[in-house]
Amino acid sequence: MRITQGCFSFLPDLTDQQITAQVEYCLGKGWAIGVEYTDDPHPRNTFWEMWGMPMFDLRDAKGVMIELEECRKAFPQHYIRLNAFDNSRGTETITMSFIVNRPETEPEISMTRTEVDGRAIRYTHSIAR
Amino acid sequence: MDTKATEIKGKERYKAGVLKYAQMGYWDGDYEPKPTDLLALFRITPQEGVDPIEAAAAVAGESSTATWTVVWTDRLTACDQYRAKAYKVEPVPGTPGQYFCYVAYDLILFEEGSIANLTASIIGNVFSFKPLKAARLEDMRLPVAYVKTFKGPPTGIVGERERLDKFGKPLLGATTKPKLGLSGKNYGRVVYEGLRGGLDFMKDDENINSQPFMHWRDRFLYVMEAVNLASARTGEVKGHYLNITAGTMEEMYARAEFAKQLGSIVVMVDLIVGWTAIQSISNWCRANDMILHMHRAGHGTYTRQKNHGISFRVIAKWLRLAGVDHLHTGTAVGKLEGDPMTVQGYYNVCRETKNEVDLQRGIFFEQEWGDIRKVMPVASGGIHAGQMHQLLSLFGDDVVLQFGGGTIGHPMGIQAGAAANRVALEAMVLARNEGRNIDVEGPEILRAAAKWCKPLEAALDTWGNITFNYTSTDTSDFVPTASVSM
Repeated sequence: MRITQGCFSFLPDLTDQQITAQVEYCLGKGWAIGVEYTDDPHPRNTFWEMWGMPMFDLRDAKGVMIELEECRKAFPQHYIRLNAFDNSRGTETITMSFIVNRPETEPEISMTRTEVDGRAIRYTHSIAR
Repeated sequence: MDTKATEIKGKERYKAGVLKYAQMGYWDGDYEPKPTDLLALFRITPQEGVDPIEAAAAVAGESSTATWTVVWTDRLTACDQYRAKAYKVEPVPGTPGQYFCYVAYDLILFEEGSIANLTASIIGNVFSFKPLKAARLEDMRLPVAYVKTFKGPPTGIVGERERLDKFGKPLLGATTKPKLGLSGKNYGRVVYEGLRGGLDFMKDDENINSQPFMHWRDRFLYVMEAVNLASARTGEVKGHYLNITAGTMEEMYARAEFAKQLGSIVVMVDLIVGWTAIQSISNWCRANDMILHMHRAGHGTYTRQKNHGISFRVIAKWLRLAGVDHLHTGTAVGKLEGDPMTVQGYYNVCRETKNEVDLQRGIFFEQEWGDIRKVMPVASGGIHAGQMHQLLSLFGDDVVLQFGGGTIGHPMGIQAGAAANRVALEAMVLARNEGRNIDVEGPEILRAAAKWCKPLEAALDTWGNITFNYTSTDTSDFVPTASVSM
């Protein structure tokens, strides 16, 4: 199944040229870009592994694309996303996040129903490989 | 206008009998508001023959310490400081008979952390006052010292986005339709289809509570099955605003507890539950990691007409203090009242850390929010995928766009309707970020995406030409070129 997390998952996968344009948009806003990867796309998995620190001092999209390429080489069958961080007061969080690499075969997510009090059900999700 | 109206002082002031409000000390044209004062701007329409200054003084008097006659017991208090002061009156541009009247209130007049107290003072009496034909509270400046007595939104925009792990574009929602009559199972079906198709949120409507066709517990159980199943099928965190509005606070808490027990991330109340109930449920949400969605049911009865009532920007300010996370603030392009710039003013009240004076958007005062969290505005009511470029251009990223009919009424089904909206949104955000002018190229961008997305093509074919071009009632009094003495 196609995991639809991130900004652009309903569009055809972005080309490197399209990714570069988005990175330039983020850098133009003064945001720092971070590369993250995971093999666990659980909806609640908020901490993907960091491919190095967010690139706070980098102002050229090429630098981001080089890091992304390195990450893809190391983890071709992982999910990879780019995050943009805005450190201005009152925001201080991620302001954009989109997937830029997917495994050839994406996993399914299975849902387990545990019957509890009365008709209530507890739901848990897990990645089915 | 009698701007020289003067206060009578000393023994004469307290002789039994009736004085003009200006004479009693409720008008001071030289008053310099203190940074700690609450400021209110009223639009007043005095009766024929009533001097606007005296009318303004009456508003200040009746919303603070005055009664219709002199009372000697004033002299037991530091009464001069307790008197609100009308300090500026000016004609409304282009509207004969109406005046903007500015009133300053000392901080001591208000209880900390209570919107009920604030509203009882500011709007308690004056709107029925006979010497005025009509009155409207246009805007307020709430000093930081007062703002800091409120906890504000339990989650806020940043907290909500981090919990959802969704950034960089508007969130998408839809209200379950028809509003009334669906059974629990049928209702849950609509919720599942919408979320599975690509929406982030589905929503109960304002009048879905616990009617004979669907008991609230049935609704909650089926809805949470739908939410969790959609999450499993997409890998995304999803939610449904479970409306917990009920007849008593005890019942609201019971419904909130059940929503939490079932794992919902969000609950909803209607504005008509009242200020105290809103603040109480906000506390509950803060203690239970719950997003609080506010549906502004009923506001049109007092916000829409320009001559009488309360502007929605004031309601939005009160709600940010009272502590809601989502607030319906209008669409400008949809089926409900809303001049685009006036609506943008409401959005700024919800989302900015500091509001600057912006007369065209109806913001009359600078407002420092003291780091209180931001409210996520919700645009809902008669909007569709064909307006995506306008919505993104008007409101930016931090907004929930809710397409109810525009999702559920899709000719290919609800999932297709949801997908059409999601593709339209992502295509538009992508294009905007690439530097394209979406105001101009928007329709073309949508048509290009519709070439590979059949559901979007069908949506554009069905609704592409639907607009709601009616003249707005609540508009700015200030055209772009007007200069106003502030």
